[in-house]
Amino acid sequence: MAKIIENYRVSKDFFLMRVALGDIKSEDVRMGQFFMLRSGKNYPLLSRPISVFDVDSDSVSFLYQVVGEGTKIFSELKAHDNIEIDRPHGNGFPSVSGRIALVGGGVGVAPLYFTAKQLSENSGFNGENDIEKDLSDRANTFLETSIDIYLGFREEPALIERYEDIANKVIVNLGGFITDDIDTREYDYILSCGPTPMMKALYNKCKEQNSKAKLYVSMENRMACGIGACLVCTCETTKGNKRACKDGPVFLANEVFEIE
Amino acid sequence: MSDRLRTTFAGIEFKNPVALASGTCGFGKELSEYFDLEKLGGICSKGLTLNPRSGNIGIRVWETPSGMMNSVGLENPGIAHYIKEDLPRMRSLDLINIVNLGGHSIEDYVEAVEILNKEDIDILELNISCPNVKSGGMNFGIETGCARGIVKEIRKRYNGKLMIKLSPNAKDIVELASMCQEEGADAVSLVNTFLGMAIDIKNRKPVFANVNAGLSGPAIKPIALRMVHQVANAIDIPVMGLGGITSWQDAIEFIMAGATCIQVGTGTFMKPDISMDIIEGMEKFCLDEGIKNISEIRGIL
Repeated sequence: MAKIIENYRVSKDFFLMRVALGDIKSEDVRMGQFFMLRSGKNYPLLSRPISVFDVDSDSVSFLYQVVGEGTKIFSELKAHDNIEIDRPHGNGFPSVSGRIALVGGGVGVAPLYFTAKQLSENSGFNGENDIEKDLSDRANTFLETSIDIYLGFREEPALIERYEDIANKVIVNLGGFITDDIDTREYDYILSCGPTPMMKALYNKCKEQNSKAKLYVSMENRMACGIGACLVCTCETTKGNKRACKDGPVFLANEVFEIE
Repeated sequence: MSDRLRTTFAGIEFKNPVALASGTCGFGKELSEYFDLEKLGGICSKGLTLNPRSGNIGIRVWETPSGMMNSVGLENPGIAHYIKEDLPRMRSLDLINIVNLGGHSIEDYVEAVEILNKEDIDILELNISCPNVKSGGMNFGIETGCARGIVKEIRKRYNGKLMIKLSPNAKDIVELASMCQEEGADAVSLVNTFLGMAIDIKNRKPVFANVNAGLSGPAIKPIALRMVHQVANAIDIPVMGLGGITSWQDAIEFIMAGATCIQVGTGTFMKPDISMDIIEGMEKFCLDEGIKNISEIRGIL
């Protein structure tokens, strides 16, 4: 059982929960991974896979949307309550550098914050204070990482200012299609998380624009065990069936969207 | 651990009567990161078929009050892959290795059994009860007459211990179990999942591509327990009971109802090491109640 440090509403349906890491080491948590959360009660039966929003030395944060019974129970938990957080799961996003776009839709924005942070740390890029320096020697540092974040929300945005602190630029779309706002040709890599139709639209846009960007998508298949044993989250790929929870959730877009 | 939970099942020694149910633990690999598999009495492999199967399309899991439905459709790498990649590891473990076998036709079952005859496995659990495979699977396990054909055929060919996994969707599960005994099966396991349905009311369509799916979890426990009780009272070969067991109290109930061993399935999804809690709880119950061996309370009802 882990101790909840804080848990509060950040927009109409989104909540942010920060939980003590306990025995889990922060350096073992990778961008794009998820934890299996349960309230400590027996029901609902299944644990909920929730993406990592952020990690610091002794806590992990989850940005989650209240969509059903399980997440509603999470939203009612208070500081000092206990919650079970079962270790980081999944492969996470690849550690890439260059011109990177992170594209999230709905609660799919959640993993992009920590992803942006880790990608920046990896390349030495450290938020907006470094942008000028970065721009000034752009010619010499073509592979220096710059991160643009595209966030699509149906109604109300959440935590935009947090994303603005760590990105080159943040583009927000309310109620429309975030995929309309991106020119995929501007990027070496695009990492995406959100509803499958959104990610598929992004993939199609990359193709239409003849973009050279390599697109990775984080799949949100329904899960049961979360550890790779039950095969309910199976994802069909060009390389055969893969387990979204264990082999994914992150896949190359062409591997999951080019199935005949 | 003392010998309180030591159990003889169809002539095989289990260090305790708790096994993991087929399809809920893969081939043990993932769960070994959570606990020492050798503390288990046994493990049932993911349901295998002669040839690899990619399983069902569409949504495969749906949570229900106190349960879940699944429609995996026997996705598995096939017998040959299992023998090469997983069996050596399973065999090296100090536990009872139960191989679960499904199929589409008698020919498929027979060919797989001929292959498994050459391998060192402890128990073959014959799945004639999978609700998620369109042809074969559960269809073999609904009518006793139809099931008899396959049990007879497999018994004739398989040299090792044979356990038949029964469907609660059978027309008469007691009759089905009696038939298994008559045809020479060494044991039966019951119950597999109950056929259920869910509808996506916004799309006005069934949730599952196959329309129906298998319901498991605590929701089915009282019915599973009733069936185990009825079957255990009607036959002499041992029963491995399962269906919604998520606590040691549940496990003890199944033993009292007549199960010699029990399997933990959906419970593992709630807590990967829930089987360890169950074993410890059963051990402590025996200690507290002055039970020297679990067999003392088996089938007392």
